[in-house]
Amino acid sequence: MTALVFLEHHDGALQKGGLGVLAKAASLGLDTAGVVLGSNVSEIAATATGTVHVCDDPALESPLPQPRVDALAALVEQTGADAVLFAASVLAADVAAGLAARLGAGLNWDLTDVRLEGGELVGVRPALGDTVVADVAWKGSPRLGLIRSGAFDAPEESGGATVQTFSASFQDFSTAARMVEQAHEEASGPSIEDADVIVAGGRGLGKPDNFALCEALAKELGGAVGATRAVVDAGWYPYSAQVGQTGKSVSPKLYIACGISGAIQHKVGMQNSGTIVAVNKDPNAPIFDFADVAVIGDVEQVLPKLTELVRARKA
Amino acid sequence: MKLAVCAKVVPDGTVHKRLDPATFRLDRSGESALNPTDVNAVEEALRLKEAQGGEVTIVSLGPAKAMDALRKALAMGVDRAILVSDDAAAGSDLIATSAVLAAVLERESADLILFGQASNDADGAVLWAAVADRLRRPLVSQVAALRLAGDAVGGKRQTEFGYDVIAAPLPAVVAVSDAINEPRYPSLKGIMGAKSKPAETLALADLELEGAAGDEGSRTKVLAVSPPAPRGDQLRLEDDGSAAERVVAYLAEAKLI
Repeated sequence: MTALVFLEHHDGALQKGGLGVLAKAASLGLDTAGVVLGSNVSEIAATATGTVHVCDDPALESPLPQPRVDALAALVEQTGADAVLFAASVLAADVAAGLAARLGAGLNWDLTDVRLEGGELVGVRPALGDTVVADVAWKGSPRLGLIRSGAFDAPEESGGATVQTFSASFQDFSTAARMVEQAHEEASGPSIEDADVIVAGGRGLGKPDNFALCEALAKELGGAVGATRAVVDAGWYPYSAQVGQTGKSVSPKLYIACGISGAIQHKVGMQNSGTIVAVNKDPNAPIFDFADVAVIGDVEQVLPKLTELVRARKA
Repeated sequence: MKLAVCAKVVPDGTVHKRLDPATFRLDRSGESALNPTDVNAVEEALRLKEAQGGEVTIVSLGPAKAMDALRKALAMGVDRAILVSDDAAAGSDLIATSAVLAAVLERESADLILFGQASNDADGAVLWAAVADRLRRPLVSQVAALRLAGDAVGGKRQTEFGYDVIAAPLPAVVAVSDAINEPRYPSLKGIMGAKSKPAETLALADLELEGAAGDEGSRTKVLAVSPPAPRGDQLRLEDDGSAAERVVAYLAEAKLI
């Protein structure tokens, strides 16, 4: 079975999510190649591993989905790929769904794992707020899959990819939308998708200033700070830190939830974390239903102590 | 201008969602409601109509009783409802659903088609891109602020990296995020008026889509459903001043620090 893996890039670098999916597909024994779409992207593409198909075209300069559907459709036709896999993102979801419609192909999304079973691709898809897990498959080819963010680790080493260029023609409607402005926040500290440790805050922090408690602990742990939708909406913390249904799905080794009730919208974004520590005053908070360590207490008391103890251990 | 909103009717928030063990489909027998984030799309359409004039149509695919929930949109101020309802359409996946909606929207030829952020039962957040491709229209998704200027639509949106502003000529497809507005509640007058508004139910045959939806039109399938893996035992601590020490000991034992 042959698989193409969409490799998203940003600021001159391939995103780790796509590289993780690429490594996973190759590890299954699929005949795997990456795909990099953009303008002047050959050097970026070479930082992947194995074979990477590259469509280099000014129409692909902005990270907009529709011209990418044109390019991928052309590549699938040219290569006869059996599967096209994507690491989930705002861009990838739109590309994958557009491609599904274009090719009349099945798309399974939010996959946390993929495997081969009797030579057939099977995806694992938690559903209904992750209260059930479905094994999903495809009828016909190509099989399109969106993999949940953070499901597969990117390999430590990457690079030396063989670049094969291809060209595509673009539909008028595909190039009608245009990027007017991109205002991208400078990330401070590690991004939450790459962090091994996330210290996240919610309404239960009580006030915006208390995010400093999360930041201090995250700093000692070498981690990143996350936030719930409620506090992002309230302007306490930037959107780039938002974890949950409308933010990012993360799976760090350690997730420390501070003053977070654990509503399903948040849970779906973080419950695949390795170890979950929750600190909340409310003993009935839903987060305690799925935390490994439940601390019923005041974040203003517990967090500074935790920070101090972690710092002391390192010294 | 002609506005269309695509919406899904989902189990009401108070209903415990479950899959039918025989079909692996969502059990839709209980109370249902408009998908919460689709209400944001309805609200945005109404604001555009109030600013520009025009007509708003809500379009959905679902069981016959879904019309009850669509009437809430009529009560909010939407002018017409179109529901495609057909036993043969049950269990439609992304490409089947997009084929049905695109067929209705083709007929409606709206200037602007709006979608909400994601259904709370399937969590896909993908339908608009499939519909836009079928209709061969430009797409702007995840829009948190929308502006119409002449015959173009502009959207500011959130991505993983920050904010983008994207513009597209009409007719276009726009998916809004739930941060875009605070939906209104229907007024009593609106609720009364909704009863006499046009509400049309179509079968697949009306759209010449026999075989394009349901199992037959779908290209994905569910093989099996199981409960999620249980988590291990929980360490539960009431903070008496020593919780932080015990947490650190636990994390050290687990080699996490």
